[in-house]
This record gives sequence, C-alpha cells and structure tokens, in this order.
Amino acid sequence: MPSFEELTTKERPTWCPGCGDWGILTALKKALVEINAEPTKTVVVAGIGCSGHLPQWINTFGFHSLHGRALPVAQAIKLSNHELNVIAVGGDGDGYGIGMGHFIHAMRRNVNVKYIVHDNQIYGLTTGQASPTSEKGFKTKSTPHGLIEEPVNPIALALATDCSFVARGFAGDVPHLVKLIVQAINHKGFALIDVLQPCVTFNYLNTFEYFYRRIYKLEESGHDTSNKEIAFQKAFEWGEKIPIGLFYKKERKTYEDELPQISKEPLIKQKIDNVDISQLIEEFC
Amino acid sequence: MTEFSWKIGGEAGYGIMTSGLIFGKAFVKSGLFAFDTNEYPSLIRGGHNTYTVRVCDEPIFSHSKKIDILVALTKLAVEKHKDEISENGFIIFDQSVFSVSNEEVRDDINLVPIPLTEIATKSGGQAIMRNNVAIGASFALVDYNFEHLVDTINGIFGGKKGEDIAKTNINVAREGYNYVERNFPKFLRSIKISAKKFAKRMYIIGNEAISLGAIRAGCKFYSAYPMTPASSILHFLSSKENDYNIIVKQTEDEIAAIHMAIGASFAGVRSMTGTSGGGFSLMTEALGLAALTETPLVVVLAQRPGPSTGMPTHTEQGDLKFAINASNGEFPRVVVAPGDANECFYETFNAFNIAEKYQIPVIVLTDKFLAESHSTIDPFLSKQLKIDRGMLLTDEKAKQIKDYKRYENTATGVSYRSIPSQIAMFKAATDEHDEYGRLSEEQSDRITQMDKRFRKFKVLESEIDGIKIYGDDDADITIISWGSTKGPILEAMKIFAKKGVKVCFIQVLYLMPFPTTKMKLLIEKRKNKIIIENNKTAQLASLIKEHTGMDIDYKILKYDGRPFTPEDIYEKIDEVLTFAKL
Ligand SMILES: Cc1ncc(C[n+]2csc(CCOP(=O)(O)OP(=O)(O)O)c2C)c(N)n1
Ligand code: SF4
Ligand SMILES: [Mg+2]
Repeated sequence: MPSFEELTTKERPTWCPGCGDWGILTALKKALVEINAEPTKTVVVAGIGCSGHLPQWINTFGFHSLHGRALPVAQAIKLSNHELNVIAVGGDGDGYGIGMGHFIHAMRRNVNVKYIVHDNQIYGLTTGQASPTSEKGFKTKSTPHGLIEEPVNPIALALATDCSFVARGFAGDVPHLVKLIVQAINHKGFALIDVLQPCVTFNYLNTFEYFYRRIYKLEESGHDTSNKEIAFQKAFEWGEKIPIGLFYKKERKTYEDELPQISKEPLIKQKIDNVDISQLIEEFC
Repeated sequence: MTEFSWKIGGEAGYGIMTSGLIFGKAFVKSGLFAFDTNEYPSLIRGGHNTYTVRVCDEPIFSHSKKIDILVALTKLAVEKHKDEISENGFIIFDQSVFSVSNEEVRDDINLVPIPLTEIATKSGGQAIMRNNVAIGASFALVDYNFEHLVDTINGIFGGKKGEDIAKTNINVAREGYNYVERNFPKFLRSIKISAKKFAKRMYIIGNEAISLGAIRAGCKFYSAYPMTPASSILHFLSSKENDYNIIVKQTEDEIAAIHMAIGASFAGVRSMTGTSGGGFSLMTEALGLAALTETPLVVVLAQRPGPSTGMPTHTEQGDLKFAINASNGEFPRVVVAPGDANECFYETFNAFNIAEKYQIPVIVLTDKFLAESHSTIDPFLSKQLKIDRGMLLTDEKAKQIKDYKRYENTATGVSYRSIPSQIAMFKAATDEHDEYGRLSEEQSDRITQMDKRFRKFKVLESEIDGIKIYGDDDADITIISWGSTKGPILEAMKIFAKKGVKVCFIQVLYLMPFPTTKMKLLIEKRKNKIIIENNKTAQLASLIKEHTGMDIDYKILKYDGRPFTPEDIYEKIDEVLTFAKL
C-alpha cells in the first residue's frame, strides 16, 4: 500500500509559497495513505484553477477536465467502474460558479464520489477576481467598488439538497482535514468537503490569520451530525466564529446501489466483443 | 411498380403517431415496402399533426408528394392537404365532427364520410381510437389481407399487459373496415397492391438504427439531455438499459452529458451522447476536451432548423460546418453523415471503432427527417461486425510497459491508452502536455503534440472511403449531396430514369476528413453538377470549393423546415437545366 512518498510526484507544485492548496494536497495524500488506497485504483478529477492543478502532483490516475466540469466526469468514472476510488477537486469559482448546476445535481444523485472544494473566496488562477463565495463589499480586480452580491453558502446549499455528507475543513489544520477526508471516503455516498483555503496572493481578507482567530471544531462542541436543523443553524454561522468539521451525515442509497446493470460486476468488466442484438432486430421486423 | 400514399392529419394528442406506425408496419409485415414521415408542431395538444406513409411493392427510400388516401380527423386537415391528393384519390373524414363536399375539394376526389368517433365509442373503444376506425377503413380501400393489420396491432400493443388494448383496437379497426364494406362497396379494394416476393424486413427509424448500432458496438454508457429530434435515442436506450446493461443517464444539461460520456470513456467504457444543435452548442468546449485528452467519444448531432430554438420539431441540414468546426482550437475529428437507417446502424457501429482506434471524437450527423422517419430495410447483418478497440491496453500488456507515456509521439499519432486500475498510470490533461501527460507550455512539446494529434488524420484519410456513388458514370447530370437527402434523391433518380435522363449521385458520407482526392477526380470532368442541400447556404458546396477549389454549377436548396420530396428535386433540376439551356 502506498507510502506518502510514493504518492508524491517528482515535480513540485507551482503554487505560491504559503498557499492553502499545499495543505490540501498534503492532507489528501495522508488520507489516501491512511485508508490504504491503491494509487492505480484512485482517480483524482479536477476542474480548472490553481486548485485544478492538484492531480498533476499526486501519483494516482488523474483527469484534469474543464472549468467547472470535474463532477460530471468524476461521476461517470465512478459509474463505469465503481471499484475505483474517485475524488473530485476544484475551486470555489469552479464548483459554485460555473459548475454550480453540476454541484447541486451531484448531491441529489448521490454517486459515491468525494468532492473537495478549495474555497479561497477568490479566483486565483485568473489573478484575483471576485468569486461566488467572496464576501459582500469585497474589493477585487473585478469589483473595485466592492462586491454587491451576497456570497453563496455552500454548506447550507448542500444541506438543502440533502447531500449525504457535508463538511468544512481548513487548509491550515492538516491533521483535522486528513480526518475529514478519511471520514468522507469511508462514507458511502457523495461527500462535500468545503475547505477554507487562504489565497496568500490575492485574498487579503480571508487570510490564515483571519481563520485562526475565528474557527472552532464542531466535534469539540458536541455537535450532533445527524440533526439537520442544527446543521442548518451552524451553516449560517460566519463572522466572529466559524465552525469547521462534519456538519451533517446521513446514510442514503447511492445512485450505483440502484442500478441493476452493475449489481453483478462493474460496467467496465462486462464483455462487449459480441453483443447479441438478434432479439432487437426481431422487434423491428 | 405499384404504390400508394396515405396521410392522416389532425390535432396533436389524437394518437396520430401510433396510427401511422401501425399502418406502415402492417404492410411491411406482409413483404411490402413502406416509408413514413411525420410533421408535428412543438406543442402537446392542438396544432396540426400529419403522418404520411408511402407503400410500394419495390424498395423505396422516401415519401412522395402525392397522396392517394387522406384521413382527415379535422376540417383543417382537408383544407391543408386537398391539393396533394392524386386524381380519383380518397378522403376519409370524421362525419361525426364535420362535413366535406366535392365543391370544396375537387370533383374527381372520392369522399368517404365515416362517423369515426361514433363508431369508436360504440364498439367499446374511446374517442381517441377513431384513428383505428380510419385505419380499418383505409385497409378496406386497399386490396389487402386484414389479418396483417391484426398481427401488427397485436405486435405493437401485445404481450400480456396490452392484450385487452390490442383486442379493442382490432375490434374498432374491423368496424371501420366493415363500415366501408357496407356503405361504399364500390370503393372496396380499389387500390391493388401485393408483395412480389415475401422477405422479412425491418421497419425502423434512424434513431433506433443508431441505438442498435451503439448497442452492437458495446456502448455501455449513454448520457443525454432531452432535445428533439435526438430524444428517441435516449428513450430507446433507456428502455433497453436493463436488458443490455447500459447505464443511460439523463443529465442536468448537455454540458454534463458530454462530460459524463468523456468520463465513462476515460474509465474504459464505450460511451455516447446525443443532442440537437442547441445542445451541441453547449457541448462544444468539451469536444475539445475529448480531443486534447485523446479520449474516444461518439456524439450524435440530430439537426433541426436553427438558429436558436428555431423550429424544434422540423428538419434541416444547417449544422454541417458547425459540426466540422465546433470548439476552440484546431484538432482532428470525424464527421459522418448517414443518409438512411441502414447507414445509421453501420456507421454508428463504425463510429465507436474509429473513436477508439484513433482516440478522437466522432460526430454522427443526422437530422429530424432521418432520425424520425421509418424505412423498410433488410435485417442488419450484425454477426459479421468486429469490435476494434485500437491501442487500448489490456491489463497484461499494461504490466509489460516500462516508462509509460500516454501521449507518446508515435508514427501513426496513436498511442497506448491505459485505463484506471491498470498499472500504467497517467493524467489526462486538458492543458497542453508532454508525452507523459504532464502540463507543458514548451514550444517543442506543443508542436510535438499538435503534430501527433494531426498525424492520426493522415492515416484516417487513407482508411476511410468517404464517398458513395449511385447511377450512371456517363451521366448528363451529377447530383452531389450528403445526409438524409439521399432518399429523396434516389427516388428522384427513378423519375429521371423513366424519362431517359442519366443521373449520377455522389453521396458524401464522411465530411471530415473530407474526401478531397476522390471528390476532385469524380467531379473534374463532369457537367451539370448540382448540389442539393436542406439548408440556406449550400454548406457542402462551400466545403467542396474549400477542399478542391472547384465550383458547383447549380444549387438546389430548401430551408423551410421540411424535407425534399422526390418530385421537388425532379422539378427543380428540370427548372435549372431548362433555364441553363436558354
Ligand atoms: C469556460 C472557462 N471560462 C473561464 C476560464 C478562465 N478561468 C480559469 S480558472 C478560473 C477561475 C478560478 O477560480 P477558482 O475556480 O476559484 O479556482 P482557484 O484558481 O481560485 O483555485 C477562470 C475564470 C476557463 N478556463 N474556462
Ligand atoms: S494565486 Fe492564490 S490560490 Fe493560486 S497558488 Fe497563489 S496563493 Fe494559491
Ligand atoms: Mg478560488
């Protein structure tokens, strides 16, 4: 089973020094080591953004898709071979902006893939424009007079969509994030981990300092992860105190569970060399 | 050659589609040939729907302009279609609802008033079964064994669940037949037609043929968002998903549909997506994703008139250049345009082989006319087909490879493809990359990879014969066309043959890679080159000019949302050539 080193690529990430993305990559690799994931049976799918580069720097299979489109690719990979461990990653712009539609539908569909969002509340790769999670009034290159819109609340949105695993992590607390990722992978169903990820280059507001002062851990506050109502209340807590950890978890049948087509063996293992269609031809005669 | 055409017209929601299918299929079951086409507006109730069935004792490839029996369920159907009725043709109409007189139509037309609705309800059916009364009555006008109709209705509604429905439908139809027998004995069996020689044949629409081609090719994943005229692929494949273990996924939009197909293919499963122009517009970025990651992909693009929502339920060939050019950047792709249901089957099957062999996107380009019209064809020869997965690695082979380069710069441009779970790991990258798949913006990597991708095209060009030729080599007229116009053109050629005019028809089956050399050779010395396209701007003519430098003499174009009839083509050609001689 893989060691941390085996998962580490020769090439070093090109992220800015100090960027929260480093912590997420480390946590993901540690989590994969912890669950004994076989690298060849693990696929990391990404969208486009600084975050989207992640698959390049982890020794597993990878699919670097288009901006906002990691989830449809990831779900189809899982449906085609449900023996794989499929993890999707992307940015806040990627998942909550251009890919928002896929995000909502992936949650209601409940295909067993894990979704890690590098939520830096900014567009990093395109050099600092407002993102769907940027705070109201935030001044960026594209909002020099302050952002007018209210931010998206991914946690509340996930709860409202009956997402079966809803969590928030912090790139500045790797051990905690490792635990969350392990939990998410062990959970049977779609899992969202929204990760607070300071962008040290473009987000001057939501810095490591900013979060260190505010975050607290849900599991240390006696939070009941099966209570959706309380989870909702926690989801709207953002200001002086910001909760991280598992908000809500629920056992739900996965999409794959409901497919007789793959109840015996994964789609990929089914023979196709000689599909007999004589019955179908007969139907048209 | 004996033939007749039948048309039923009425409001949407009258069950016209099923009636039309039953009518045609009944004749095919007894060894005759049928072709049908429908026309319906984009709404669920009201409006005006028609379904036209042409029946013949010889192979036919399209509908024709004249109709011999019109079944009018509404007065509007009479008004709209009376001019299409042939000399001494018939109008069967619903006497329970309206009346028709010879003064309103023509003196030669035989009126067959029947209280369709009344008969339907009195013989145990519902009002909607008035169609079946009309079908029964239509059968009485044709010298034809009623039992074939019984067989067909049983076949369509049959099975345990549908037994009662089938029975009622048959009863109702028989009442219609009997009504004609009692009240219009002089019309009984006035149209004579019988099969020359019986053979078992299929009666199938383009979309079903595509679906069968995909199933035979081992397609295991179909993702799509509903859009006319591609939806019936989604419906058909869904209905077979458990019999053939196919995951059929209706997605949140077309963007998800194509990305899912790409994801499935990356995982090693043969996959397909299908849509019409609007949905294809949404898919264009991902088409490039498939190309850059060299993930095999089959996309069905069933055209309808655009731009925008256009005329959702009608037909056009306006997306040829779009299919060829869609997406940013330059990359090789294959565009194949089947011209009939037979080609829909075989070319879809081939599309999967090509997509995997060359690791590129293949677009199967059809249109509403082809996608939704039934034609009579020989059963598919499916046993002889061979799956070719190209350079897809087996687990064994993957183990032997050291220093695996997914995007290796090979002589053919095609490189070994591994799939997740195999030892040969790689990353599929949407950014330009090196041979390993690592992102790279180096000039040398860029050039190597661009050239690698395009090198496949050279091999492809030599392997694909993109042109089919019909008719006389020393023809007076050369017709050039692509896609669904094939049927009406072949039929128009029959008319020319009767008049002693020699016609040659060049069908361009593969539009990309464009069959430049062959096209050049074929048309160089020909006179009276005529392009026929179901669009406004003669897109094929412009491609021919682009690739061969040659001009087309005449262009016959139709962009009213309707398919050509053979008569349209004959008359238009006659018109341009007479004009040319002046
Ligand atoms: C269709 C499309 N539109 C725009 C872009 C340009 N683009 C690349 S990354 C990005 C936003 C990145 O922000 P985010 O998703 O939050 O990722 P981050 O870089 O912050 O990790 C944009 C707009 C693109 N690649 N594709
Ligand atoms: S721009 Fe921001 S998000 Fe991107 S690598 Fe640099 S610090 Fe990280
Ligand atoms: Mg971001």
